[in-house]
Amino acid sequence: MKILQVIESAYRATQEEQDDTIVWISHAMKGAGAELNVLLRGNAVNYAVDGQDASGLSFGDWRQTQPPDLARDVSGLVGKGVEVYIDQEDLAERGLEGAKLVDGLKPIARVDIPSLFDAHDQIWHW
Amino acid sequence: MSKYLLIESRDPYESGDVGNYFELAQGLAREGNDVTLFLVQNGVLSARSGASSAALDDAIKAGIEILADDFSLRERAIDASALKAGVKSSPLDVVVDGLADGCKTIWH
Amino acid sequence: MADRKTLTFALMDPPFESARTTTALRLIDIAARRGYDIHVFAYEGAVCMPFSRQAPHPNAVHGHDVEEENHPLPKDWEAALMQEAKKNGGSLDWVNCGLCVDERGVGEAIEGVRRGTPGDMVSMAGESDNTLVIGTR
Repeated sequence: MKILQVIESAYRATQEEQDDTIVWISHAMKGAGAELNVLLRGNAVNYAVDGQDASGLSFGDWRQTQPPDLARDVSGLVGKGVEVYIDQEDLAERGLEGAKLVDGLKPIARVDIPSLFDAHDQIWHW
Repeated sequence: MSKYLLIESRDPYESGDVGNYFELAQGLAREGNDVTLFLVQNGVLSARSGASSAALDDAIKAGIEILADDFSLRERAIDASALKAGVKSSPLDVVVDGLADGCKTIWH
Repeated sequence: MADRKTLTFALMDPPFESARTTTALRLIDIAARRGYDIHVFAYEGAVCMPFSRQAPHPNAVHGHDVEEENHPLPKDWEAALMQEAKKNGGSLDWVNCGLCVDERGVGEAIEGVRRGTPGDMVSMAGESDNTLVIGTR
C-alpha cells in the first residue's frame, strides 16, 4: 500500500516537540516498513528552506539543548528514499521562488497534484 | 479512475487554504475521478445561500457532488432549504459509506 | 446488515479543544453501530482522550450543579463506543502513541486502551479496508 503523507500546517509545537510531529512520524513509519512519500504544501513548504535556526529558547535557568531542525529532518526523509514533493505555487506565494532549499526535493505544480494523488493508494492529510 | 471523498471541515473566512482544497477537488474530477466534497463543522458556513465563497461556487459550477453534514448545519441554524443550489444536506454516514467502499478519503 | 469492514482512524486532537474530536467519534459511532472492526491510533494530544482522570464539574453560569450539568467526558464516550462495537459484533482497538502519553503524563487510561508506536499505525492501516487521518491545526 503506497501512502502519500500531506503536510500542510507548520511550526505547530515544534519547540516543545523538538520536531515537526508529522515529519517525525513519517520517519518512524518508514522505519516500520511503510511505503510512503511526502507532499509539503501550505506553510510546511518553509520546512525545506535552508538556514532555519530554532535555537536559543530558554525559560529561567532552563535551556533548550536539542532545538528542532526541520530542514535536516526533511533532508533525512530524502536520504531514506522517501520522495518529498513540494508545492511550487505555495513556495512562490511565500516569496521562496529561487530560495535555497534542501537537496533532493521534487517540485510539483498544483495542477499535477491530482496525478500524484492518483499514484498513491491512500492520502493521509495531517 | 478512483473514487475520492474530500472532507472539508474548515471555512474560507478563517482558513486561506480552503480554496486550494476546492480547486484540488475540481482537478481530481477533471482527471476523470469520481469526486464527492463533504462539508462538516465550520466547513458548512460557506454553503449557506448568499454566503460569499467563490471557490465553493466554482466547485458547484464544475458539477462536483457537494454534501453538507446535517448535524453541522443544524448546529449553525442553516436549514437544508437555505443551502446554495448544488449543495445537499447529508448524514455523516456517507463518510463511513465512502470509507467502507474504498474511496480515497481525505480530511482537511 | 452491512458487510463487516475494518477501518483505521488516526486522531491528533486533545479533548475539549476542537470540533474534530466530536466528529471523529461520530464517525467511529457509525462504524461501531455497523459492527465494524475499528482501530484508532491516537497521536499527540489525542492520547488525552481516554485519560481516566477526567472529571465532571458544575456550571455556575448556567446554574447547574455537577449532576444537572452532566458534563460530557470523552473517556466515557470512548468506553461507550467500545461497548457499542462489541454489542454489534465488532471491536474498537484504541492505541495511544506511547511517547505522546509519556510527554503528557497521561498514562492512566480507561480499560481497553493500549500503548503503542507508529509501527502499530502502519500495521493497523495495512490490515484495514481503509484509513482516515484527522490531523490537528
